[in-house]
Amino acid sequence: MKKNHEIWYERGFLLLCGFSVLLPLAILFYFVAQVVMDGFGRLSLQFLLGFPSRFAEQAGVLPGLVGSFYLLLITGLIALPIGVGAAVYLEEYGKRSRLATLIEVNISNLAGVPSVIYGLLGLAVFVRALGMGRSILAGGCTLAFLVLPIVVISTREALRTVPQGFREASAALGATKWQTIRGVVLPEAMPGILTGAILALSRALGETAPLVVVGALTYVTFLPNSLNSPFTALPLQIYNWVSRPQAAFAANAAAGIVVLLILMLAMNMIAVILRGRMQNRR
Amino acid sequence: MTRNAQRIGGAAGRSSRSALERLIEMFLVACGLLSVLTTAGVIFVLGEETVAFFSEVSFSQFFFDTQWTPLFTQKHFGIWPLVCGTVLTSLVAMVVAVPLGLLAAIYLSEFAPKNVRNGLKPALEVLAGIPTIVYGYFALVFVTPALQKVIPGLAGFNALGPGIVMGIMIIPLISSLSEDALYAVPQVLREAAWGLGARRVTTVFKVVLPAAASGIGAALILALSRAIGETMIVAIAAGQQPRLTFDPRVSVETMTAYIVQVSMGDTPADTLEYKTLFVVGASLFVMAFAANLVSHRLKKRFAAGG
Repeated sequence: MKKNHEIWYERGFLLLCGFSVLLPLAILFYFVAQVVMDGFGRLSLQFLLGFPSRFAEQAGVLPGLVGSFYLLLITGLIALPIGVGAAVYLEEYGKRSRLATLIEVNISNLAGVPSVIYGLLGLAVFVRALGMGRSILAGGCTLAFLVLPIVVISTREALRTVPQGFREASAALGATKWQTIRGVVLPEAMPGILTGAILALSRALGETAPLVVVGALTYVTFLPNSLNSPFTALPLQIYNWVSRPQAAFAANAAAGIVVLLILMLAMNMIAVILRGRMQNRR
Repeated sequence: MTRNAQRIGGAAGRSSRSALERLIEMFLVACGLLSVLTTAGVIFVLGEETVAFFSEVSFSQFFFDTQWTPLFTQKHFGIWPLVCGTVLTSLVAMVVAVPLGLLAAIYLSEFAPKNVRNGLKPALEVLAGIPTIVYGYFALVFVTPALQKVIPGLAGFNALGPGIVMGIMIIPLISSLSEDALYAVPQVLREAAWGLGARRVTTVFKVVLPAAASGIGAALILALSRAIGETMIVAIAAGQQPRLTFDPRVSVETMTAYIVQVSMGDTPADTLEYKTLFVVGASLFVMAFAANLVSHRLKKRFAAGG
């Protein structure tokens, strides 16, 4: 009798555990399906190529799309070289030196700093101290520092997958350390580095709070024409629409979210394909 | 790097190390140091404006006043209402995320077949990759109206809805990191328990969970730190009324939401409002940093095998 009881207890617990995995996934699926239904009616070429408007039906996301594109460009151009450089130092040069340990601990700490704090850093350093103003350049720089730890961590993982023998073979052929890194290690790790880079940029694409803090606008009826231009980004336009009480604007927000999610999905797919290619090669 | 490779590298270094090689290494070190500079920058920026803030507002006003109204004509600077909003929404999130995340971790590590685990783990991690602005929309447009049908007196802006949504967002943080910790528990411990006649569930609760306790603790606190720093969900759906309450049904304001609120307005630099941004940011940083530190310690202890 007691045995029977225990078996049911065990089955019940197992069911509860499985349920705990499926419930969050089901909720997410439901939410996404709902948002697609809410926003689908608004999705059109006019929505993608239009400017914000007082009239919800005529509004579009073009300034946000263009702003996000430039932001990612600036972020990538700054964060990738610096992040990859730092990772190469830690993996190939530093190795347990005191400086490397300091940098390492520091990077793992930075990864835990709330993103809104990076906004405050950007506001004080880029917007004010360096005199960039509330510009797209300041926004891009802020996002670059936000994703830097992600780039460093993923690049280090990619560098670690390169077999030690490759480095030794290159050194045995008389290559210097940098020649080995440039000619053997980096090309070999490149798919992994790119995967991490794309994931970092996809994170930057969805960031809202730091951009609000550095003074991005949420209602912009022009396209950025220089690095000093005021700007908006896709998530900020969504924020603007979410904050309005009228239901018509909620539909715009839903449509904007669909666009944002599709872009992120595309970036993640590219990353997955790259990663798959890397694994196939082995 | 193996000892061999270091010797080879060292030998090459002695014989023919060009100026270019050294220049490149210096550049790479500079890249690494820039991250240290970022941390220093954060601390300096927050510290500088915080000092400026306390030259105008006394410590006792900040720590003992029970109201936070720096944007009104009748100004009060008591931080606790904002801290309270942050703690309240984070607590709701943890109440949702801890049981679900832990049970999911137990399933993935102890019960799921390997291919199921390899499919479900990344699927759960998708939850953490959705932008927070999207979760904010979910909280405001889906969750709060649904809750209002069940809970009479729930305000349009409240701590409950965004708290629950935030909980869903941090589930993968708990489940993935806890699963790593559970998975790292040596198989022989389980086998010993089974050998003694323990059932699988008993083994999980009496052997595996205690063995992974510090690793799980690290995961929980990391998730808490994420909830404390989360911004857009609460800025959109929790409201903008700093209130010293633990009632999740009413509108509150978190520290992060306050920073967003002030940033949305046009606050000129060098005003007291501008400085409040940084003093709130500094308080937030201290809380998140403390949580990260504890999490890091626990993780280290787990790695050391305790």
